Amino acid sequence: MNFKCDHCGKPATVHLTEIEGGAKIEKHLCESCAQSEGITIKADVPISQLLENFILQSGSTTPEPTCEICGMTLSEFRRGGLLGCPNDYETFSHVLVNLLERTHEGASQHVGKVPVRAGLDQQRATALLRLRAQLKAAVAQEDYERAAAIRDEIKEMGAS
Amino acid sequence: MTLSDLTAQAGEWLRGAGPMHDVVISSRVRLARNVAGMPFLSKCTAAQQRDLEQRLAGTILDAGLADGTFYVDMAAASETDRRLLVERHLVSRQHAEASHPRGVAVAGDETMAIMVNEEDHLRMQVLRSGLQLDNAAAEINRIDDRLEGQMDFAFDGRYGYLTACPTNVGTGLRVSVMLHLPALKMTGEIEKALRAARDMHLAIRGLYGEGTEASGDFFQVSNQTTLGKSEAQIIEEFVHQTVPHFIEYERRARRGLLENRPAMLEDKVFRSLALLRSARCISSDETMYLLSLVRLGINLGRINDVDLTAVNELFLLTQPAHLQKILRHEMQPQERSEARAEYIRQHLGGN
Repeated sequence: MNFKCDHCGKPATVHLTEIEGGAKIEKHLCESCAQSEGITIKADVPISQLLENFILQSGSTTPEPTCEICGMTLSEFRRGGLLGCPNDYETFSHVLVNLLERTHEGASQHVGKVPVRAGLDQQRATALLRLRAQLKAAVAQEDYERAAAIRDEIKEMGAS
Repeated sequence: MTLSDLTAQAGEWLRGAGPMHDVVISSRVRLARNVAGMPFLSKCTAAQQRDLEQRLAGTILDAGLADGTFYVDMAAASETDRRLLVERHLVSRQHAEASHPRGVAVAGDETMAIMVNEEDHLRMQVLRSGLQLDNAAAEINRIDDRLEGQMDFAFDGRYGYLTACPTNVGTGLRVSVMLHLPALKMTGEIEKALRAARDMHLAIRGLYGEGTEASGDFFQVSNQTTLGKSEAQIIEEFVHQTVPHFIEYERRARRGLLENRPAMLEDKVFRSLALLRSARCISSDETMYLLSLVRLGINLGRINDVDLTAVNELFLLTQPAHLQKILRHEMQPQERSEARAEYIRQHLGGN
């Protein structure tokens, strides 16, 4: 049976049956009308393709989000598909949440294992990351005095 | 223990002895972890990559995770050795082909392998033969706990274990089984089965993992969702929902072939064995194809004079890097085809 879209008359590819107050309502829509009604179509595509689509999406007009610690930009992430440091999850959280939900069956909250040791609290981990980025910059600028000072600071924090 | 000691035998997980081995070749679980306070690999300087590798290799070896664990410096290993590790499923192709400081720690019995500086700082895997995911999951958790006692991993309350690629974040857990599905392939029902798997958010790959085509009769099926489910839930769904479907489909297809087309089935199976016993030149692809049918013939009780373990081992030992290691010299493809055919004839009682 070939249905036409209830709205625009194009061939319908989305078929919905809803029960409202005991009455059955059938809807037949084309993909674009379905989307404008806010109906999401479960994509039958592998993760790699989702990621690719995500990466190819055009960027926004606001200044490009950039990680202040590792220097990763949103477009660099979109091109390569890999993040630069743990802080990127924070920096790009506004776009990542959407990507995570699409790749993880709608989830964006971890419910699994938690490290046995209390370990590094997050603030300290971020501080270490930041110091290592500063060390990298100091070495690149051949500012060895500063590099030595930062290295000492990293040592003091108990990480080699 | 070194790499050369491994060559002449098949890894534990390829012996073909585990539960459900008529369909499930092997089970694998892996965890992705990164060291807290360090950038991911792509933003590490060369010096940081070297430091990380040294530190992680040292920690892994000191932790005494498994008997006979040894470390292979991938940047210093020969091309044949790196390919050998890929053929044994101990490292990914990407890890073998990269050029930055990196390596892999391998347990003496090869049931554990930990890649250092792959896409994440650590990629740890546990392998078992047949369907033994519960057992493998318990083991990887033990290894993770041991390493976590020595270092801090990047972790976030909301996103869980943080990974370079957001598709691994959360548990960092990838569960997979290698399936042998020759009957589904023969009856053409394989497409339907694979479509159903994709609908269940599963990834289907070839024999050598990511980036390899699901060709021949072997399929690697793995979970894609790593966030929003606990490790136990991911394993449970896999063991009790995903894998039983495949086993049931494949066994049903095999019974169908036996009942409806026994002559066709026997013809294919015995021709394959005869070819392997007689060929004088044979490619790696053709070997895989024929061995797959012989394996089916043994599992269906049609072939009785060939040992299943011998066939399972041949899958591995006839691969290019293995053949060159066993015969102790580098060979061009034509020479390899001849050597492979001879090696197979020797091991299958050929003429």
